[in-house]
Amino acid sequence: MALLKDKVALVTGGGSGIGRATALIFAREGAKLVVADLNRKGAEETVAMVAKAGTEAITVECDVLKPGAAEELVRRAVNHFGRLDCAFNNAGVAGELARTAESTEENWDFVVGVDLKSVWLCMKHEIAQMLKQKSGAIVNTASIAGLGANPLGIAYSAAKHGVLGLTRTAAVEYAKIPIRVNAVCPGVTQTPMVEAGIARRPSMRAVFNKLHPMGRLGRAEEIGEAVAWLCSDAASFVTGVALPVDGGFTAI
Amino acid sequence: MRLADKVALITGAGSGMGKAAALLFAAEGAAVAVIDIDEAAALEVAREITNRGGKAFGMRADVSNPADAERMVEETVKRFGKLNVLYNNAGIEGEANLTARFSVEGFDRVIGINLRGVWLGMKYAIPHMIKAGGGSIINTSSTAGLSGVKGGCAYAAAKHGVIGLTKTAALEYGRRNIRVNAICPGPIATPLLERIAAYQKSREVTVESMGANTPMGRPGAPEEIAKVALFLASDEASYANGGIFAIDGGQTAS
Repeated sequence: MALLKDKVALVTGGGSGIGRATALIFAREGAKLVVADLNRKGAEETVAMVAKAGTEAITVECDVLKPGAAEELVRRAVNHFGRLDCAFNNAGVAGELARTAESTEENWDFVVGVDLKSVWLCMKHEIAQMLKQKSGAIVNTASIAGLGANPLGIAYSAAKHGVLGLTRTAAVEYAKIPIRVNAVCPGVTQTPMVEAGIARRPSMRAVFNKLHPMGRLGRAEEIGEAVAWLCSDAASFVTGVALPVDGGFTAI
Repeated sequence: MRLADKVALITGAGSGMGKAAALLFAAEGAAVAVIDIDEAAALEVAREITNRGGKAFGMRADVSNPADAERMVEETVKRFGKLNVLYNNAGIEGEANLTARFSVEGFDRVIGINLRGVWLGMKYAIPHMIKAGGGSIINTSSTAGLSGVKGGCAYAAAKHGVIGLTKTAALEYGRRNIRVNAICPGPIATPLLERIAAYQKSREVTVESMGANTPMGRPGAPEEIAKVALFLASDEASYANGGIFAIDGGQTAS
């Protein structure tokens, strides 16, 4: 049985990395897709990949930071598919590498804007639609940096911890509807975002590998499998969790 | 005197937990910068300290404003010559609304003061602590930094975020002998909690009743948080770094 048969699922940051891999798994599990990304070309490529397998999917070019963008995104999804069952709020940025005292206000506002505020804005409008349907499942992308320190990335750490605050709060607020709200906390995962970071400091690859008891980075698909499960009815009693998918990173 | 010769800057020190800490730190020998957005309250607490023979000055600052955050640190160093302890305690409760009804302005305000303000305080204080050969930073998170809060998505996001700030800075500056810890107070009898109780539709919700829900059956007193902050500020806590201390009468153990 497909996990997400006939469900309408929205993915932000769906044009690459964890978002794209999750969109492909959502499609494999029978969902119809709304693929949103700042990068229209990336989103279109993801849609083309799932369309080959016969999945109905639309692209929405979306800068989640822009006022009104989250509302418009949900409106476009509902206009096209008539409903919204699952949402994966995944768009994120890593920001600059700097210690706390040297990090800049511009970086803080950008990272907290994209990684925290936009997650809330997406939730705000997704929940409004899910309340009409009296059901829904939301998964937010937090991080191992939402569970522990993130040296040289203070804003990222603050934002990802904050995502867990949003997740737990909304989970409690809407549990009786029920709208389930969970977070996935990926370890360091092979994505364009992480690879760009490693390209700047190649020695980091070995460091990252070593930080994970499994001795390697995660694959985007491994995050996507967890997200698909959290979105599905198989997880019907799971809400408010921060699920590490991290090769054991947070166990040590 | 547990803080003899230390200089401490406390934000939100005009009332509640910040005021209790300012009085206690001064009594233990610290020179205290009493910072609050309410200038009159800051000056009054500073006067109370100096009347008792302690060292203090009061100053208005909006911690979410980078210029104010920088000014409060620079003024402290100008007056007292150094900075050893930063207690990032200023915070607001913000609006009470479910996630889907929360206003954008309300979200920005809570994140600005309760999260960005804590980062700004650290950003400007840390260079002075490095100069001083070390220091102690205490950030006020909350039990809302460890669990969700109905009607407080921005507050929970900010207070969770403070834990991220705390752990990250603790790792970055451990070798500089700067310790960074967070306190997560449960229901403490402060003006902020009185306002939260007043928001509730039911008249039966009071500071006392919110405290009654904890395993200890009572709200905490601001002085009970101040004593933990004093420990973390002092050299007695010389190996406490990156710690998240729930001081909540057992609330988060349930």
